[in-house]
Amino acid sequence: MAAGAATNGRPIAAPPSELVRFATAGSVDDGKSTLIGRLLFDTKSIFEDQLASVERASGQRGDGYMNLALLTDGLRAEREQGITIDVAYRYFHTPRRKFIIADTPGHEQYTRNMVTGASTADLALVLVDARKGVLEQSRRHAFIASLLRIPHLVVCVNKMDLVEYDQSVFDRITAEFSGWLAKLDIHDVTFIPISALHGDNVVDRSEEMPWYEGTSLLYHLEHVHVASDRNLRDPRFPVQWVVRPMSDEHHDYRGYAGEVASGVFRTGDEVVVLPSGRTSRIASIDTFEGELDEAYPPLSVTLHLEDDIDVSRGDMICRPENRPTEAREIDAMVCWMSERPLSPSARYRIKHTTRTALAKVDEVRYRIDVNSLHRDKEANGLELNEVGRLRLRLSSPLFVDEYRRNRATGSFILIDESTNDTVGAGMVL
Amino acid sequence: MSVLDSPRDSRGDHMTYEISHLRALESEAIHVIREVAAELERGVLLFSGGKDSAVLLHLARKAFHPGGLPFAVMHVDTGHNFPEVIEYRDRMVAEVGAQLIVASVQDSIDQGRVVEEKGPRASRNRLQSVTLLDALEEHGFKAAFGGARRDEERARAKERIMSFRDDFGQWDPKAQRPELWNLYNGFIKPGEHVRVFPLSNWTELDVWQYINEEGIELPSIYFAHDRDVFRRDGMLYATSEFVELLPDEETFSESVRFRTVGDMSCTGAVTSRAATLDEVVAEIAATRITERGETRADDRISEAAMEDRKKEGYF
Repeated sequence: MAAGAATNGRPIAAPPSELVRFATAGSVDDGKSTLIGRLLFDTKSIFEDQLASVERASGQRGDGYMNLALLTDGLRAEREQGITIDVAYRYFHTPRRKFIIADTPGHEQYTRNMVTGASTADLALVLVDARKGVLEQSRRHAFIASLLRIPHLVVCVNKMDLVEYDQSVFDRITAEFSGWLAKLDIHDVTFIPISALHGDNVVDRSEEMPWYEGTSLLYHLEHVHVASDRNLRDPRFPVQWVVRPMSDEHHDYRGYAGEVASGVFRTGDEVVVLPSGRTSRIASIDTFEGELDEAYPPLSVTLHLEDDIDVSRGDMICRPENRPTEAREIDAMVCWMSERPLSPSARYRIKHTTRTALAKVDEVRYRIDVNSLHRDKEANGLELNEVGRLRLRLSSPLFVDEYRRNRATGSFILIDESTNDTVGAGMVL
Repeated sequence: MSVLDSPRDSRGDHMTYEISHLRALESEAIHVIREVAAELERGVLLFSGGKDSAVLLHLARKAFHPGGLPFAVMHVDTGHNFPEVIEYRDRMVAEVGAQLIVASVQDSIDQGRVVEEKGPRASRNRLQSVTLLDALEEHGFKAAFGGARRDEERARAKERIMSFRDDFGQWDPKAQRPELWNLYNGFIKPGEHVRVFPLSNWTELDVWQYINEEGIELPSIYFAHDRDVFRRDGMLYATSEFVELLPDEETFSESVRFRTVGDMSCTGAVTSRAATLDEVVAEIAATRITERGETRADDRISEAAMEDRKKEGYF
């Protein structure tokens, strides 16, 4: 079927070309829910019965207006308390792209939720209230975006209607925020003056702010280049599952199923399997539909090797001349996500790619104040929502890259052995 | 040329390595399915015969190809199904070569585990949670794959892809494990299990586009057909032995199709002449009402109907 052919050329029914994930962060009053509501509404992603339900609920609560936050706040406790508890995922599409929004609450105690939403995001959208300027919270959001290495940051200066669409307000906030961002490792930052309530610069360019020469938010989201953010240089293939059909048809078949973490694999490539160090060549890249000539992130495929060597789940297939670090000790930034504090000398499970080992905390090098970036070297633990640099010792080697170079092979989670909870999010330095 | 496959066909263009959004969603789902199969001992794929579970089964086949499924397929059978769906279920499971387990709500009623609702508005929808949890426990399943999507409903929008269930089968929305990158934590204790939703990030339109692109077979009731129906609460329901008509309700024939597949007693039909996949996709793309709002009586009970059922152990 050709694009749009089934729908008399209506573009909306043609599969959008690209998937883009973005995380939004903002505080209770800066209009984040209104902005998301506006994006969903203006892209016709809100359905009539959802609107009716929001209207009904707004009336019951006595809000006196259509409270678009009720669209995203799905849990009973959230609607009762008027707060957002957890990351909510929202979806909309335009003819060009499909978007996944990870909508994260902005309160300080929910830093862990923003880290969660940010971990898979291509882009972070931070809201600043034009009347209030850059708050501690705005700085924290930008820090987390840089910590998680979200490649693109959009700062929406919202409520421009309440400052008479004044350019000097926008310029002042842009200058102040840029000063903070200079301390962080963020390379692509875009500032957009908006009014989420009135729709200024959200979908269409605003006529109220002729001094603004940039694009609308939606235009930016549709055109920001995300495909090149993937690491296509370093071939890494963590083995998830060994396919051994043992059927008559495929009696001797052994294939290694997984998702390409980074880089490009081609049929005929010489590869090395870690930790064994055995080498072979890729005989074929198999999928349900047939063989591929090459595989790249994030395709899920099955690699079939020329030689019958021992490969199991947790092994890493890469190229002989381009290998990850075989690490028994790692230095990492860790965001703590549990009510039970991290204690030095404690032991955790560590899951990295498809491999799980045990990790001991050898040292808390410092705790970083997410508001000032001050490094507290006296810290000897981490509490919920705190971020610090740890030295971890591992029970068996992991095959890691620096997170800044490779998000897929530089990230890990820590799991509490007694509760089985996910307690830490780690990024290899 | 298929739209879905165009990135794979553009191999001459080595600079871009573009991937369509459907292929990205497919790859994510396959990753999740493999990860759970590898980390949790006994898995089971919950299969209702609806379009989402049809996609789920298709993805599971892809995940382990050329091997077979490393888990069984289970249908929680209310006894009030569309016959077309049961026929489809048996055919698909046989084609895949999987083991089919049927957990019967009727058995739960006969054994006194649940009490059947009475009256014209009676539904076995809620009873399924007990049958499901009993079956998971009986077979010792540690992971149950489901086809639920986050765009379906607000409570689901907050749920993890791998969603933890305690010893009582309960979901606690306030105590969910953080889910970071593509790293899933499959550690659980005896008695606990996880529900796994590989289609979490798919929308209804994504599902239909994917079905269209992949040529996935569906039960015939998804396509327009003439059927005896009656109108209740603004929705059209199939006339069947499982529903008592109220005094002012009467049966008439209409060209309809179903947007979701559930019990005959609580699944509404939409008036439609869309008889092919292309025509259904076009209708879905133009619709202004959600599938659950349009066709599911079970969600109309209250603002938090789904959240409440999920806490009890519902799908």
